[in-house]
Amino acid sequence: MGLSARIVAVPGLWLALDIIVCVKYVPDVSSTELKVDSSGRDIERRGLNYDINEWDDYALEAALMLRDKHGGSVTAVSIGGEEADRVLRRCLAKGADKAVRIGDTRLNVNDPFTVAKVLSAAARKMSFDLILTGVQANDDGYAITGPAIAQHLNLPHATLAKKIEIVDGRVIVNRELEGGVEEIVELDMPAVITVQSGIVELRYVSVLGIRMAMRREIKVMSLDDLGLSSEEVGEPWIRVEELYAPRVERRVEFVGGSPEEVATKIVELLKRRGLL
Amino acid sequence: MGEVVVLAEQRGGEVREITLEALAAGRKLADKMGLNLAALVLGSVVEKLAEQLSEYCDTVLLTEDERLAQYNSENYQRVISHIVRERSPRVLVMGHTSLGIDLAPRLAVELGFPLITDCIDVEFLDGRLYATRQMYGGKLNARVSAREADGYILTVRPGSFHPSKAAGKGVVVRLAPPELGGEARKRVKGLVAPTESGVSIESADIIVAIGRGIGEKTNIPLAEELAKLLGGVVACSRPIVDKGWLPPDRQVGSSGKTVKPKLYMALGISGAFQHIMGMMNSQLIIAVNKDPNAPIFNIAHYGVVDDLFKIIPALIKKIKEIKGMK
Ligand SMILES: Cc1cc2nc3c(=O)[nH]c(=O)nc-3n(C[C@H](O)[C@H](O)[C@H](O)COP(=O)(O)OP(=O)(O)OC[C@H]3O[C@@H](n4cnc5c(N)ncnc54)[C@H](O)[C@@H]3O)c2cc1C
Ligand SMILES: Nc1ncnc2c1ncn2[C@@H]1O[C@H](COP(=O)(O)O)[C@@H](O)[C@H]1O
Repeated sequence: MGLSARIVAVPGLWLALDIIVCVKYVPDVSSTELKVDSSGRDIERRGLNYDINEWDDYALEAALMLRDKHGGSVTAVSIGGEEADRVLRRCLAKGADKAVRIGDTRLNVNDPFTVAKVLSAAARKMSFDLILTGVQANDDGYAITGPAIAQHLNLPHATLAKKIEIVDGRVIVNRELEGGVEEIVELDMPAVITVQSGIVELRYVSVLGIRMAMRREIKVMSLDDLGLSSEEVGEPWIRVEELYAPRVERRVEFVGGSPEEVATKIVELLKRRGLL
Repeated sequence: MGEVVVLAEQRGGEVREITLEALAAGRKLADKMGLNLAALVLGSVVEKLAEQLSEYCDTVLLTEDERLAQYNSENYQRVISHIVRERSPRVLVMGHTSLGIDLAPRLAVELGFPLITDCIDVEFLDGRLYATRQMYGGKLNARVSAREADGYILTVRPGSFHPSKAAGKGVVVRLAPPELGGEARKRVKGLVAPTESGVSIESADIIVAIGRGIGEKTNIPLAEELAKLLGGVVACSRPIVDKGWLPPDRQVGSSGKTVKPKLYMALGISGAFQHIMGMMNSQLIIAVNKDPNAPIFNIAHYGVVDDLFKIIPALIKKIKEIKGMK
């Protein structure tokens, strides 16, 4: 049990690769108007569509590709209420071997430090060679959870992965720095890696695949199952006190009318500016 | 007297702008909390950096070791946590960069310091630390508090604080590195430059940029036609490159290119800060987005709240008309 690296560091020879992928379900906010709820600390969640966090979708895909190449298993893990099952089913439909949901009403899933601690406890209950997370969740955008898990488990880590390869029982990661420059790092396994979007091409899930996944088991675990007491989880380290629309001074001038009218106005503007 | 310590970042032997910005955030806290402001410089031979930084803070902490010549989170973490244990700073500030994202969360857990990332403002009020940051792709701001602790860590968003020099010149203090031995479980192998495919969006005067709102790859020719009529090039936001629809050197933003064209048309781009970083200095920004609350309108000069599939064809038709084309 625990952090069993089952990789044998002999060239060309290893047992399979067991990968844990942490997935979060997040509201799709790109084209929706967001409202702050009555608490003033959260968004009004009714009527929103939820989906897998974009970065986690890439992390899952990267995990599936590594497993297909080297053998082993992919386990998708999510902390959340029953709503998270939908995302876990999607992971199963895409090819994950197992799905685990940690559902416990005592948990504050809005604190990335709580999330990292609980995910670490869950990982300790499994055997794995790699833990993949997204670089960030696109709702809170903290980018904290992955490296925090690595610290809890005392494992090497790499963030912002644009490429992951297993060579001779070690993992080679291309990290994306600013301006598209990449840094190559080599990690001993087990290791924790946060995955950047675009690392691999995403596959589509078929309706049939989703339907088949409906019959697969999602293992639900509580804090007690993880051997964690509420005291051990502790208070949140950081919390949102207030959510509000950004108070920015907009300089924008909106151009209205029918598409033809808008086009006429923009063309006039470009002509005036000497751009046409 | 306690300290606010800012971790310096360098590139090619020069202090990065983000460090001066982080120092500005640090100054705000230090003044309020009655603390010293220190910059921490790690590297192999970095005295020149220390000299540059001394104009922005009260103290420059300098640790030189050849194993710090290039960034490796393991070594950096060991040195910083050692220094934190020795000096007990109240706040540690870094940039929300590929380095800060890599290092800050581990240090936070190791030291038990709450961390707030990607801050656009920071404040110390009634003995508590607060930060302002964006959520939901920039659609909402959040005021976040940290639980009470001996120390805190903040990473600050590039471009959010304005550097200013200090009144006097900071003193340089050399700190011996801790034992850096131990087994390295992470080894840095080197850097690779991005590949270029040919089209330089950086030198273009006119850019038609598309985002996820373009929907399908098969719609890209529509944007190309508009760009061609305007005598410009097509660029894009990250998801378009992630999907493999356009090559990486067409991506605008913090992990792509920085552009300053005379005209930047943003079509179906929400305006995430990583994108804004790469195009905010464009002379004229026209955004088309069907969501009136899209953050892109916070920096656009002209905005159209409509479906881009209605607006682009209308624009194409109109430009052809005035050019006497059919
Ligand atoms: C470390 C890091 C680095 C990053 N670097 C970059 C970078 O360099 N460049 C970059 O761009 N991003 C970068 N990102 C990603 C960034 O955070 C956003 O995810 C991304 O910019 C979003 O792209 P988008 O605006 O095209 O998509 P979305 O945010 O999904 O927005 C799509 C927009 O299109 C609108 N829309 C949809 N359909 C239509 C229609 N028919 N007509 C009109 N409007 C429509 C929607 O209202 C929405 O506003 C980075 C992220 C991280 C974590
Ligand atoms: N509730 C959750 N359940 C599972 N994984 C999560 C959860 N929250 C965050 N993560 C993981 O941590 C990553 C970074 O999240 P964050 O630190 O919140 O930006 C995500 O991409 C996920 O991989």
